Amino acid sequence: MFDALKGFGVTFGTMFKKVVTEEYPEVKKIPAERYHGRHQLNRHPDGLEKCVGCELCAWACPADAIYVEGGDNTEKARFSPGERYGAIYQINYLRCIGCGLCVEACPTRSLTMTTEYELADDNRQDLIYTKEQLMAPLLSGMEQPPHPMRLGDNEQDYYVKGPELAVSMESAPFADSMETAPLKEQGK
Amino acid sequence: MTLAADKNTDIVVPDGHVKLTIDGAEVVAPKGELLIRTAERLGTVIPRFCDHPLLEPAGACRQCLVEVEMGGRPMPKPQASCTLTVADGMVVKTQLTSPVADKAQAGVMELLLINHPLDCPICDKGGECPLQNQALKHGRTDSRFTETKRTFPKPIAVSSQVLLDRERCVLCQRCTRFSEQIAGDPFIELLERGSQQQIGTAQDQPFQSYFSGNTIQICPVGALTSAAYRFRSRPFDLVSTPSVCEHCAGGCATRTDWRRGKITRRLAAEDPQVNEEWICDKGRFAFTYTTEPDRLLRPRVRDAKTGELRDASWTEALRVAAEGLTKAKEAGGVGVLPGGRLTVEDAYAYSKFARVALGTNDIDYRNRPSSAEELAFLGSTVSGTNPEHGVTYGDIEKAPAVLLIALEPEEEAPGVFLRLRKGNRKHGNRVFHMGQWTTPAVVKTNGTLIPCLPGEEADMLGRLPSEVDELLRRPDAVILLGERAAEITGLFSTARELAAQTGAKLAWIPRRAGELAAIEAGALPTMLPGGRPVTDSVARAEVELAWGLETGTLPTAEGRDLAGILGAVANGRLAGLVIGSVDVHDLPNPELAERALDSGVFVVSLDLRESSVTRRADVVLPVAAISEKAGTYINWEGRRRPFPVVITGTNRLPDCRVLDTLAVEMDADLFTQTPAAAMADLGRLGHHTGNRIPAPSVDAGRPNRPGQRHAVLATWHQLIDHGSMQDGEPHLAGTARPAVARLSVDTAKAFGVADAALITVGTDRGSVTLLAEFADLPEGVVWLPSNSTPATVRTSLGAGHGALVTVTTAANGAAS
Repeated sequence: MFDALKGFGVTFGTMFKKVVTEEYPEVKKIPAERYHGRHQLNRHPDGLEKCVGCELCAWACPADAIYVEGGDNTEKARFSPGERYGAIYQINYLRCIGCGLCVEACPTRSLTMTTEYELADDNRQDLIYTKEQLMAPLLSGMEQPPHPMRLGDNEQDYYVKGPELAVSMESAPFADSMETAPLKEQGK
Repeated sequence: MTLAADKNTDIVVPDGHVKLTIDGAEVVAPKGELLIRTAERLGTVIPRFCDHPLLEPAGACRQCLVEVEMGGRPMPKPQASCTLTVADGMVVKTQLTSPVADKAQAGVMELLLINHPLDCPICDKGGECPLQNQALKHGRTDSRFTETKRTFPKPIAVSSQVLLDRERCVLCQRCTRFSEQIAGDPFIELLERGSQQQIGTAQDQPFQSYFSGNTIQICPVGALTSAAYRFRSRPFDLVSTPSVCEHCAGGCATRTDWRRGKITRRLAAEDPQVNEEWICDKGRFAFTYTTEPDRLLRPRVRDAKTGELRDASWTEALRVAAEGLTKAKEAGGVGVLPGGRLTVEDAYAYSKFARVALGTNDIDYRNRPSSAEELAFLGSTVSGTNPEHGVTYGDIEKAPAVLLIALEPEEEAPGVFLRLRKGNRKHGNRVFHMGQWTTPAVVKTNGTLIPCLPGEEADMLGRLPSEVDELLRRPDAVILLGERAAEITGLFSTARELAAQTGAKLAWIPRRAGELAAIEAGALPTMLPGGRPVTDSVARAEVELAWGLETGTLPTAEGRDLAGILGAVANGRLAGLVIGSVDVHDLPNPELAERALDSGVFVVSLDLRESSVTRRADVVLPVAAISEKAGTYINWEGRRRPFPVVITGTNRLPDCRVLDTLAVEMDADLFTQTPAAAMADLGRLGHHTGNRIPAPSVDAGRPNRPGQRHAVLATWHQLIDHGSMQDGEPHLAGTARPAVARLSVDTAKAFGVADAALITVGTDRGSVTLLAEFADLPEGVVWLPSNSTPATVRTSLGAGHGALVTVTTAANGAAS
């Protein structure tokens, strides 16, 4: 009899403690800033893609989750500065283990990770994210490729003047967080 | 010390060898060997870019520096090990033991990288790049060069299939040396000097080479890349499968790289006995034909109601085919035309299908001009060819003299051409081309033209220049016959006689990859597998025993050949046809073939892609392409060239499997369910040791003589032309030789076309109009490429090598 009361004591006591229940999905938890969430393919400030289709991310991937095929930029259809762009880009989130080696491998800092963690679905096909799903959204001042290079004459300008461009864009609303901001803040 | 002395006495130095020390280890090497290779045999890889075992040493890149001591005196500076030959008592220290060599190599690497753009992420060579690998292994970790790099506009298209990026070049000259030494096409050269030194092409000399793809493969950096493979994939993601080229009878070893069920590129594989490390551009780039949109994926059956072809299940298609063929067999018989591009396994299935399921000898694989004389030659001389007894690539290289008759090696057998050229350069072979004009191959093999009228070749053999006759009598001389020999009456007989008289070895080099296999498999009207004559009762009994047939089941009479089959179909004596991959336009008489197909007989077509045959067929059965099946080619030497499945899991069926199942529907067992089963079944027959088909004995024919109104036509195929196996590869097509009509100035004058740019060559059937080019042809002879224009020689002219044609100016506007 005394034991039963003791049990209720725990129940009542809990009522005065801090609630540990997550109100997910009504209230979404903001993960840590460096959380390894869904990937994002970033853009240069004029909207051209940073991805050059080099496949180094696919090479680095220990889970073989990434598939890339390069393409040839032409004068008529330019997707990135320079000769080459990523024509096909797929990440299979059934395979991805979120290790981030792909991000380290990326030579142009095209591939980064967002903090978006809602990567569940009820079928396999939809978990293979394509380039359209992974591309960073167009911020103000950006233009949907294909279009000519706006920030220089060749790809060197984009990389050599990269820091400068970033500084000059400092005042722009997107400049601080083009590569790392959670999608919500980028206007998704 | 004593120990070392003992060791010294242990090593025996054979004659013609020297003893030297590399990194403290004593090694014996043949005199004249390059230091870099001796070290390699020892397991020490010295970094290098310009060095290539099949090219002459250049010492261009300076990457292979090592410390060398001769006779106790060290050489003042590190030496390039790729140009230094071994010497007795030499003491060599590589980067492994010598800090000096290591530092020298790192220094050279730093210099090489000064102007290198380091754009590995966008470079196609990235991941398989000797520069990348060796920079990581032997280079400095950082560069001290802070100035601006030299840049060039990039990339430049050297040709439609080779792209040049001069920034990446380390000036190793592998490409220029290949072009000059191996291919003989100096299309690419070193230009300018100093820091502006670069690879380029001559302005006035058009780029033309059938072997340019090899420069892409041997380029140790990403300076030369392939337009077709541009940005397609990375090596880590590719599956590399050994394969064999299906384009000519050379049987070159290739490597097929693919991913995700799609072939991304094909490279030359190494086979010292066959293609060394080279392949022609056709073998390298022409593989897209299997993925063309007109590829047949499902069986088709002609609908009884609509009369149109419709998709059908395999079960239905095989049933309809079996019923139709059984009916046709009873109504008069069925002819079989397997085509000349089959593997042994597939050809064997056709051969057995004709004999066992259809009970006929009416089978002929030769989808090209052919003759009864050729048939006798194939049976008596070609069947059973093997590299142990016959002519090989090595024999061609070492032969003191080679006589080529009716064979244009560069166009018809590029591998043979490379060996002829190598033989001439290395061993001073004499090469004699019996043909009509001084083709590029004659020049590049340093050869001598024995000019004759088209069709006069056989006659010409009887009155060879005495020098040729004398050279052919030397041991190991070789006579080579080409595909067009079948169009020249008496050539096979006289060539055999000549070989017997002079003691020269004789070989036949056809154009298609499946010819020797089809002969071995007995896909001919006079021959059972292994060259057994169909008329020989002992041979038939042997085959009946192996095939488990009752005695006397095999047909005893010789069957009809290609023309016979088509003729019999056209006039109703045969009631059915089984056709493999045959292009009507390749046949000597395309008109007759179309008439035969339109005559309403029952036609079963086994093909890869839609063609004028499949459109007329009653049942179309799709078959596996070369990359989707295993098999064995037999090259012109008689060498077996087996290859595995490249792209697995396509569920496409090889011809042998389709025919096996079709035969089962017709109550016959072929035992060719898989290529391996077919090969084993063929193996059970064993070698034929009995009677063979007698050799041909046909007198040299009287060639057509040019007259006032007619010229004589000479014609052969160009390597890159309108063949359907080169479809879907515009980059390759861009390097085809221009299609021109060739004739001598005198002939042009005689026919009144000397001033015309365009000339029309015609027969009563049709005409071909082409740009005229003057060459050293005999008087009254005009040369046309067989299949390089929309109007082909076979289809539009209905003519062949040695036919009479008219030559007029194209002023009347008749376009080809």
